[in-house]
Amino acid sequence: MSLLEASRVTKRFGGLVAVNNVDFTIPEKSIVSLIGPNGAGKTTFFNIIAGIYDPTAGEIDFHGRRVIARPKRAWLEPILWVLPALLVAIVTIGFGIEGRSDGSIILGLALTVLALMVVLLIGVARPPKYQRFLVRLGIFKSARPNDMVVTGLGRTFQNIRLFQNMTAMENVLVGMHTKLGSTWIDAILSTPRDRREETAARVKARELLALVGLRGRDDQLAKNLPYGDQRRLEVARALGSEPVLLLLDEPTAGMNPRETQQLTSLISRLRSELGLTILLIEHDMRVVMGISDRVTVLDHGEKIAEGTPDEVRRNPKVIEAYLGTPPAEAPETESPGTAVAGTTGPVVEGSES
Amino acid sequence: MTASRPPSAPTPRQNSLRVLLNQLRDASDSHRSLTIVVAMAITTALMYVLPGLPPLSIVQGSNIWYDSFANAGVFVLLAMGLNVVIGMAGLLDLGYAAFFAIGAYAYAYSNSPFSHTDLPFIPMLFVGAAVAGIFGILLGAPTLRLRGDYLAIMTLGFGEIVPIVFLNLDKFTQGTNGIGGIYRPEPLPGLGAFSPSSPFNYFIVMVVIVTITMILLYRLQDSRIGRAWNAIREDELAAAANGINTVTTKLLAFSLGATTSGLAGVFNASKLTIVSPDQFLFTVSFTVLAMVILGGMGNIWGVAVGAFVVYNIQVVFLKSINGIIETLGIPAFDLGPVHVNLAKVPFSDYQYLLYGVALVLMMLLRPEGLFPNQRRRQELHIAEEFDEGEQGEITGAMGAAPGAAGDAGGTL
Repeated sequence: MSLLEASRVTKRFGGLVAVNNVDFTIPEKSIVSLIGPNGAGKTTFFNIIAGIYDPTAGEIDFHGRRVIARPKRAWLEPILWVLPALLVAIVTIGFGIEGRSDGSIILGLALTVLALMVVLLIGVARPPKYQRFLVRLGIFKSARPNDMVVTGLGRTFQNIRLFQNMTAMENVLVGMHTKLGSTWIDAILSTPRDRREETAARVKARELLALVGLRGRDDQLAKNLPYGDQRRLEVARALGSEPVLLLLDEPTAGMNPRETQQLTSLISRLRSELGLTILLIEHDMRVVMGISDRVTVLDHGEKIAEGTPDEVRRNPKVIEAYLGTPPAEAPETESPGTAVAGTTGPVVEGSES
Repeated sequence: MTASRPPSAPTPRQNSLRVLLNQLRDASDSHRSLTIVVAMAITTALMYVLPGLPPLSIVQGSNIWYDSFANAGVFVLLAMGLNVVIGMAGLLDLGYAAFFAIGAYAYAYSNSPFSHTDLPFIPMLFVGAAVAGIFGILLGAPTLRLRGDYLAIMTLGFGEIVPIVFLNLDKFTQGTNGIGGIYRPEPLPGLGAFSPSSPFNYFIVMVVIVTITMILLYRLQDSRIGRAWNAIREDELAAAANGINTVTTKLLAFSLGATTSGLAGVFNASKLTIVSPDQFLFTVSFTVLAMVILGGMGNIWGVAVGAFVVYNIQVVFLKSINGIIETLGIPAFDLGPVHVNLAKVPFSDYQYLLYGVALVLMMLLRPEGLFPNQRRRQELHIAEEFDEGEQGEITGAMGAAPGAAGDAGGTL
């Protein structure tokens, strides 16, 4: 069964078509890789799934539920916001019409403002109930990044985006935000529930740090960690929300072979031990070919190949995308290093392992 | 080699002191509320005793000092509230005085001959704070989608609108005259009546309010919400990608800041017994912002101390500086062609000049404020650290490079 299903997703930035009509499915408990030369639209596609960009066209279903698509009847929502306040205003004026004293006018005004405020607050916060209500009215709005996290999606960033001046532990605790329930009232009253939850959260965060291999680094500031550890901390942070689907954007970029190897085994352990589904963007073909169940290749925003690592490796279109057409003198399509290492070298290594 | 002992090696005595300090810090970390209560009790005792002793007693009498302390407390509250918005959540709010005004007018409506009501003081503290908080939400809901500079402009606008509304809605607010004759708080058990001749009661009430607010703010800072604010301040996109609802979380910071401001407004109105639009102009927002920055953005107690010191310098010290010079008997002297008579220089007229100079110097010399938050300090000094670190790394790498290259060759 597929966990995530994207159909005909298109994203345009002005005249540039970053992602063009891409169909994409991620089966449950699989490791799927998205590869392609630089600028192929991989990260854009990633960001669409994560709810950061709204797609120009197409829709995405997650857990069989439509989460991202073009908005429908969006104009209805602002009307919905004003309606209750308007109703209150009409009612209060209707009642106060005989003895039109200052007091009744002020009261009516206050009630109207109050109604407007409550509705606006709900509209801004968008709790699940409100979203369901909107769906029933036929209004559809794409999920925001934080909604996607609640539905079970965790992600890392291509250029590490840790909270630099927070400790490793705090970073993971922020990752666990959606799994903790204490509100600001719990916090200021320091309720037993809040304290219990906080202690449990710290234990859990320490476990996550140990899982990615950062045992004993709890109190170090994120920015003081070595590069490879920062990448792993980002994975730990993403795991904090207990995701079902983990999006990893070039997790091994800039790592040495040893670190890459460690991270690769970590990724396969995440699937086998935690039962996660993983979508990977990666340039290092040893990683991609070694652990992926399926590989999808994007070039210039279009899907040019899809299949098992072996199929993709033999696909002439893929080789062409990376190396250019045969008559071309040198393999200088994109950054030559990764491209060459990406296709020719690993073909041999991959088949050996 | 043996002679090159680091010059700053701690002696055993220093060491044991450091151990003691560390133990104290650990204890205060694990019992934060108790620490605050003890610290505030000590501070209050000092504030009770010191005005009677020479350096302070020269300036003004004890009772007037208590009065200034209570007034300073209003700004301490304001600064701590603004610190939630700016220091913790990283939202630049330039219209903070608006909520101060709303709190003050809320109390004025509940306790004045103008509205023919006389409601009890303590509950009104909460009501006034809540009203300000509600307006915080009202303003925040549509504007907090904006970022940085745009938010600052919006809040600036709101800060201008509120006093103008109070000014022009003269049917309900008596315009420029303001609402006067506000009733003083009813006598509290154990304290006696509130009156202008006994400012000590106001002082004590203020101390209690500040202590409680501080405890609550520290708890918030260390909670899930505090972490979320911090995350938003550091990287809003990453925070959203970790499941933080950035809009509601920012809204909460904004409205809690407004609540604290409203609390200060209620207290201020009850103490001055008059509210008028000219008490809530942009200068107030700006002053509080300067207090937060000078005190050390993000550090709750630092901001409180900063506000206290700045207020007392601004209002008490500058006004009495001429008197002090006269008491000390510094004679007039000639500085070249200029005849200087310090006793005749109107220092209090130069209040904002001195203020501006202090701010500029501060930003140049110590941008993290007097009592910086550890985190902020690191953020602001990141460039310097980076330079040093890089230099060290480069020299290190140069030395190690041949060996490393050899290693790599060997493994390949």
